[in-house]
Amino acid sequence: MGDSVPVLRIENLCKTYDDGFEALKNASLEIDEGEIFALLGPNGAGKTTLINIVCGIANASAGQVAVSGYDIVTEFRKTRSLIGLVPQELTTETFESVWATVAFSRGLFGKSPDPQHLEKVLKSLSLWEKKDNTIMTLSGGMKRRVLIAKALAHEPRVLFLDEPTAGVDVELRQDMWDVVRQLRATGVTVILTTHYIEEAEQMADRIGIINHGELILVQEKSRLMRELGKKQLILYLDDPLQAIPEHLAAFDLEPGPEPNELVYSYDSQANSTGITALLNELRSAGIHFSDVKTTQSSLEEIFVDLVKRIR
Amino acid sequence: MNWQGIKAIYNFEMARTRRTLFQSIVAPVMSTSLYFVVFGAAIGSRITEIDGVSYGSFIVPGLIMLSLLTESISNASFGIYFPKFSGTIYELLSAPVSVVEIVIGYVGAAATKSIILGGIILATANLFVDVQILHPVWMVLFLVLTAVTFSLFGFILGVWADNWEKLAIVPTLVITPLTFLGGSFYSISMLPPVWQTVTLFNPVVYLISGFRWSFYGNADVAVGLSLTMTFAFLLMCIITVWWIFKTGYRLRT
Repeated sequence: MGDSVPVLRIENLCKTYDDGFEALKNASLEIDEGEIFALLGPNGAGKTTLINIVCGIANASAGQVAVSGYDIVTEFRKTRSLIGLVPQELTTETFESVWATVAFSRGLFGKSPDPQHLEKVLKSLSLWEKKDNTIMTLSGGMKRRVLIAKALAHEPRVLFLDEPTAGVDVELRQDMWDVVRQLRATGVTVILTTHYIEEAEQMADRIGIINHGELILVQEKSRLMRELGKKQLILYLDDPLQAIPEHLAAFDLEPGPEPNELVYSYDSQANSTGITALLNELRSAGIHFSDVKTTQSSLEEIFVDLVKRIR
Repeated sequence: MNWQGIKAIYNFEMARTRRTLFQSIVAPVMSTSLYFVVFGAAIGSRITEIDGVSYGSFIVPGLIMLSLLTESISNASFGIYFPKFSGTIYELLSAPVSVVEIVIGYVGAAATKSIILGGIILATANLFVDVQILHPVWMVLFLVLTAVTFSLFGFILGVWADNWEKLAIVPTLVITPLTFLGGSFYSISMLPPVWQTVTLFNPVVYLISGFRWSFYGNADVAVGLSLTMTFAFLLMCIITVWWIFKTGYRLRT
């Protein structure tokens, strides 16, 4: 973290619903301006609750939240005008036109009309041709675009995307990430939750993993993948092995999915990866191979592994 | 103040009226015209003057009040209930608008629609009967005050309701009977003494009485009392709305 005020500071945030369910337990988090932050977690982990509290839709039971240094309760006008939210559900004003609903959003957030900005937003989301259509005539994907356009109508500095690509086609997903990249280029902070972890892997600077209301890990994506990800060396043997020889027991070896594959897992950050020693041992044992390949765990594998460990 | 926010809510609600012109304006005007035909012409011809006013003219303030109350409540309650129902309330709750601004937007639009409707009904009434307005300033004051008060009440109803049935039940089962029994079509002095006393517990009596006084100078109860009761109800509504937003009742989890 730098010395500058983080764009989002969450301190010991708790949320307990009336029925006693603890949706958030002492969650603390800081996000810097211009970051793309991905919040990952299984269903019911507390992602949407956290977003709803920051945006003003839900009240916190305890803890504090500041956006660009402003408290979300006492200085709600300042914080909310900085935030744009794309909700998880497809909630739109069914009978309104696209243009009317986007113009409404801009006005609601205190901004004077700016047709040029709205035009730019609608064009960037391929909605310009549909601007006079009533929302009820649009497809689900188009409605999702409308929600994004509404969130961008007041030129927010922090954009929350709560599973924005759930149930949308590849084209929209690409459009959306293009928009996110453009926003990031202008210094907008993007905080997203997604079920498509490969998207977080592709887009995010940092990853937060939340489970049962607790933020169990917040780390730079590259570091997370380096530290928690497994690296594997796959050897394609000339002749399949019946069993892994005993003198190779010191190496983390396991048979691959194919009979002629042998998989060696190693720590790429360790002083010695053991690859040279393994290759020497294989040669002396007369085990020959025709090809090799290395792989690294995906963010999804890391995420699943982490959540399993916590459970 | 977030004036742009207020304007956005107000214009959004007024646009809904324009889209649903038949339901918002034409239907109430038609039903009021039917009241004139049935009560004013058919039955009214058999009823003598009340306090020196022909029966047809006598019921005009009551009919305007009837529409004003029901429309104020239904417009404001629908205005806030529909975003709750459709889920679009998230945007209102996450916007930099205060309680006062939200209420001004929704209640202002609902009251505007009701006042316009009241004016249209008054104009329609003029086609059927002679209507005098002895105290036009007071007439406008009562009209605006009642529209605002019952729009606030409708707003509360819309926040409270968690299904369509609840939304409809109060106007249908509470407001309409109170209005019919509040002297819309008769002077409470025409009732037996016991029922005159019972009727005084009906808050709508004070609204209709004050409003009718602004037309013809005759009232069932003192004008000052009518005004006091209206303000008292307005204050109750304001306090309830303030509490709703303070606690997030049925809006924020």
